[in-house]
Amino acid sequence: MSMRHTIAVLVNDQPGVLQRVSGLFGRRGFNIESITVGQSEETGLSRMVIVTLGDEQTLEQIEKQLYKLIDVIKVINLSSNPMVARELALIKVIAEPANRPEIMGVVETFRASVVDIGSHSLMVQVVGDSTKIDAMIELLKPYGIRELSRTGVTAMIRGNV
Amino acid sequence: MSAQIPEVRSTEQLREKWMKPEVITGSEILLRSLLLEGVECVFGYPGGAVLYIYDAMYGFEDFKHVLTRHEQGAIHAADGYARASGKVGVCIATSGPGATNLVTGIATAYMDSVPLVVITGNVATTLIGTDAFQEADITGITMPITKHSYLVRDVKELPRVIHEAFHIASTGRKGPVLIDIPKDVSAALTLFEPSSNAVNLRGYNPRMVPNKLQLDKLAQAIEEAERPMILAGGGVIYSGGHEALFEFVKRTEIPITTTLLGLGAFPSGHELWTGMPGMHGTYTSNIAIQESDLLINIGARFDDRVTGKLDGFAPHAKIVHIDIDPAEIGKNVPTDIPIVGDVKTVLEMLNPEVKRAAKADAWRTRIQQLKMEQPFRYQDSDTVLKPQWVIEMLNETTRGEAIVTTDVGQHQMWSAQYYKFNQPRSWITSGGLGTMGFGLPSAIGAQMAHPERLVISINGDGGMQMCSQELAICAINNIPVKVVIINNQVLGMVRQWQELIYDNRYSHIDLEGSPDFVKLAEAYGVKGLRATNKEEARKAWAEALETPGPVVVEFVVSKGENVYPMVTQGSTIDQMLLGDA
Repeated sequence: MSMRHTIAVLVNDQPGVLQRVSGLFGRRGFNIESITVGQSEETGLSRMVIVTLGDEQTLEQIEKQLYKLIDVIKVINLSSNPMVARELALIKVIAEPANRPEIMGVVETFRASVVDIGSHSLMVQVVGDSTKIDAMIELLKPYGIRELSRTGVTAMIRGNV
Repeated sequence: MSAQIPEVRSTEQLREKWMKPEVITGSEILLRSLLLEGVECVFGYPGGAVLYIYDAMYGFEDFKHVLTRHEQGAIHAADGYARASGKVGVCIATSGPGATNLVTGIATAYMDSVPLVVITGNVATTLIGTDAFQEADITGITMPITKHSYLVRDVKELPRVIHEAFHIASTGRKGPVLIDIPKDVSAALTLFEPSSNAVNLRGYNPRMVPNKLQLDKLAQAIEEAERPMILAGGGVIYSGGHEALFEFVKRTEIPITTTLLGLGAFPSGHELWTGMPGMHGTYTSNIAIQESDLLINIGARFDDRVTGKLDGFAPHAKIVHIDIDPAEIGKNVPTDIPIVGDVKTVLEMLNPEVKRAAKADAWRTRIQQLKMEQPFRYQDSDTVLKPQWVIEMLNETTRGEAIVTTDVGQHQMWSAQYYKFNQPRSWITSGGLGTMGFGLPSAIGAQMAHPERLVISINGDGGMQMCSQELAICAINNIPVKVVIINNQVLGMVRQWQELIYDNRYSHIDLEGSPDFVKLAEAYGVKGLRATNKEEARKAWAEALETPGPVVVEFVVSKGENVYPMVTQGSTIDQMLLGDA
């Protein structure tokens, strides 16, 4: 059964490593829903968080194929554990002065924030899991979304592990 | 006369000579590092971006450099050298077109897990990314077909990178590693301090020793099995596990089939050997796999040419898969007993634990009966030369003891079927990628690795024309390869598929306009012979064997011959076309 999986990949911070990982997904027909890369807790290592769709066998292949890359140090299937997954989105929504109070209502309900105000628009920043961001986007759509930018998911296992 | 193969010097002597810390160029570091890795010969082609490297090679005699006539020839030769010797093959090419000409050869080695270190020049670091003359992003281009790759931006990294490259290429599941060296890096001076033997690669720890629990499960499964079957592949040869495999079969008395790349891993004369499985495998192997209740895969990767239709492959069997690469296990065929480890190590641990498969006597009888009823066969002729007959003749006259390289197509399958190998590293063929043009250059490499052995390169008239320029290398170095051309004047395997699957619609397969191969050989200064019937064939071949140097022997064979048995695509492997012989 095809499911959404979130995996973390600890990699050497080397030129071309993102290309090695994304290329592997591409050529083996694995799906990438989102990918984020940044520093990890250890100097010289980066952490990637990849959200992918696939059945158990595909997930197993993804893990094994990733381990074949020399620059991959560790692969962790985050979604097999209780995890915290967060994404940030910036949404520039068309906001004439008359609409603003209504939009602010939505923003407050979602514990989002307005980070910039233009004469005809607002920039909203929302942080949460992907479903929360999807919901926020749905609610802002009727006002007109001029620009949308999502970071993709970053995630961690809960607790002391 | 013998091939001009360099004397092998001991690494100790070389270490003393070259280990001294000294300020030298990146190019000199490269050469010294190659020597310290035990390299005896490299295959290459110079050009702008590797001028410093070739300048450092001027007058350098500690390893042999073979100048091929095309970069593809260089890398296939390095590949043949690696497969025949078990050592790492090395080739060098310049940036841009030099590097891209290696791509087919890199993919060939990658698919068949052949250890290569591929060195390319690149434009200077200051020019990278500017679309400079002869610039190509070769690390990017080859990422999907290399085990690992390096773009060296600092000359200080060079000793470590080269040492790592050899380590990665030659351990675990072997494969090609590319080192891209920009021109300014090969020119730069630095203090050379040879890399120590320690390799520090946190993300690379091939698992050699298997889980003992899984071995116990396998031993148990063998005791219970009534129809056990071994499927052995290239992994046996690559790990040096052929003796351990022989011992395993001797102890368990389980029938064994060897894949295309596994030919030579087990003596073909043995009564438990059933030949090759798969698309053009033996009837016995394919039926045995389908009927088996325990299939023990030892170092093969369940390639689609072996399994046929996956859904329906070995339907009654408990599947055991022994492989050094964990990603191969469960990739194509769901596995009941996975064993990750080096094949030789696994078999040596396993052998004391296993006993004769006691419940399999009826099965052994059935296998012998199948072998007797369904051998390979073809309709021989006294008027035209049959390709199968030619291979049989080559086999008989050389007692199966030659190193045989092939190109790709019908002649390759006939060679696999009719040449009877008894030793590992004697059969060199492009299995996974199926690369035409591989046959001749790989034979040159194999001969460099084994100057004392007879090397036969078997080619079709199509593939022969993809790298025929390398005849020059045989001539000038007196490399005594016996080049066989099975000439049916057509792209035979394509013809066969067009006949059987595309309703005789023969589309663009006629090789009319091919050169006179005898004259082609002579143009390079190589002896050329032609045979069109059995008598001429025996005579020409005897003359070739008696000739000390390289010889081209063209066998003009019948045009319409097909390779049988044949499992058509989409069928399970017990559905075989057997031909009308």
